[in-house]
Amino acid sequence: MTPMLEIAALEKRFGDTTVLRNIDLKVRRGELVFVIGPSGSGKSTMLRCCNRLEEPTSGSIFIAGRNIMNALSKDLNSLRLQTGMVFQGFHLYPHMSVVRNVMLAQVKALKRGEAEAKARAMDMLDRVGLAHKAEAMPTELSGGQQQRVAIARALALDPKVMLFDEPTSALDPELVGSVLKVMKDLKAQGMTMLVVSHEMGFAREAADRVVFMDGGVVVEQGPPEAIFGNPQHERTRAFLSRVSSHA
Amino acid sequence: MNRFLDTFFAPQVFARYLPEVLAAIWTTLWLGVVVIVAGIAIGLMLACLRAARKWWLTLPIVIFADMLRALPPLVLILLIYFGLPALGITLSGPLVLILVLTAVLAAFAEEIFWAGLTALPRGQWEAGRATGLGFVQVLIFIALPQAVRMGIPSLVNRSLAITKMTALGSVIGVKEILAVSSSAQAVSGSATPLTLAAIAYLVIFLPAVVLARWLERRFTWKV
Ligand SMILES: Nc1ncnc2c1ncn2[C@@H]1O[C@H](COP(=O)(O)OP(=O)(O)OP(=O)(O)O)[C@@H](O)[C@H]1O
Ligand SMILES: [Mg+2]
Repeated sequence: MTPMLEIAALEKRFGDTTVLRNIDLKVRRGELVFVIGPSGSGKSTMLRCCNRLEEPTSGSIFIAGRNIMNALSKDLNSLRLQTGMVFQGFHLYPHMSVVRNVMLAQVKALKRGEAEAKARAMDMLDRVGLAHKAEAMPTELSGGQQQRVAIARALALDPKVMLFDEPTSALDPELVGSVLKVMKDLKAQGMTMLVVSHEMGFAREAADRVVFMDGGVVVEQGPPEAIFGNPQHERTRAFLSRVSSHA
Repeated sequence: MNRFLDTFFAPQVFARYLPEVLAAIWTTLWLGVVVIVAGIAIGLMLACLRAARKWWLTLPIVIFADMLRALPPLVLILLIYFGLPALGITLSGPLVLILVLTAVLAAFAEEIFWAGLTALPRGQWEAGRATGLGFVQVLIFIALPQAVRMGIPSLVNRSLAITKMTALGSVIGVKEILAVSSSAQAVSGSATPLTLAAIAYLVIFLPAVVLARWLERRFTWKV
């Protein structure tokens, strides 16, 4: 079966510095792939190449078998609807109510009618446990609630793949759980997810595969038990011991 | 005390020139409204063009904005009103006043909107683009509404300032408040018409200042 998301021979340079080299990664339908690695290893850049928020220098990105690198820039907007992205900093639109945040791209990019978009938004807000906050402004919500709204905003567009870039790193510890729970529910409902995060406990519990990146390359990947229990590379061991000693 | 009242509040002079000053209030008001609406609209348009980040758009816009913010408006008014006829183009006083003040306000408004646009976190653009919105859609629905809100206090102050500059029309024969009352002062030899002018400006600007205060409170950004 064709993977839902496939990154092939991806390379990204910023000027003279090569940030990603020869990345190959497949995410199958319904799979949750977890990406770990030290700061500056290129995790965010890789994720952002998957919807061309960052323009790859070379290589291919296939979404459901279609190479989005072939798309002209005018088709890029509709292609981006196939990937939902969740950012570390939420980036809700502060001048719109929660429900309007979730409706905007439905109406303007997917061209759904107001009523349909609103019904869909309420559905999605219900899924992340925030239907009762629909009329609130984003600034009235806690960080965890804002991030769940951001997830609902992405989900409302029926993406094929969800990309998460450190979705809980900006949250107070007691708010992390509510966001991780939403992600677990999503996984249970069969969503395909590529997640950059430092939540190792969550990775053990929910990830199908863990990918370790360092210096712009994928050093190793495997099931969580293998990566955490018996890492093959010295760099992976060093990273994991650094992280666990901080935890 | 009597001399003071005679100079500034002579009743006959007051009554004699009241109708003229009242008419001039209307002139000042409609000049102000035209300049504010056109100036802010043009400033908004320029900021949007600049947001496309093409150097051949940015360059003329920046030159325009910097020139008009640097030059005293009176210089431009005199230059156009007395200079253009030499080239065979004659514009009426009110038209010259509107053109210059609109351009000046547009220059300031463009800078205010642009400052708001650049102050916007990059994540706002990325969130919009990641959900499939195009550049123009992000600009209209996400970036501008926030930039406008951030700019409202400065825009209000600029608008008040530019409306007061309609008084510059007095040097090119525009029958606004100051022109009418200072010629009445010359004719009557009493300062009372100028008192009338001060009162007229207060009638216009006190409510405007109160409204401005309300707008600022209403739209000042809460984070
Ligand atoms: N726009 C850019 N211009 C130049 N260099 C960049 C740019 N964006 C990222 N980089 C560089 O690319 C490298 C990888 O950055 P990236 O943000 O992908 O790392 P990361 O693994 O996500 O790190 P972190 O865990 O800190 O988020 C870093 O060295 C960074 O400095
Ligand atoms: Mg990162």
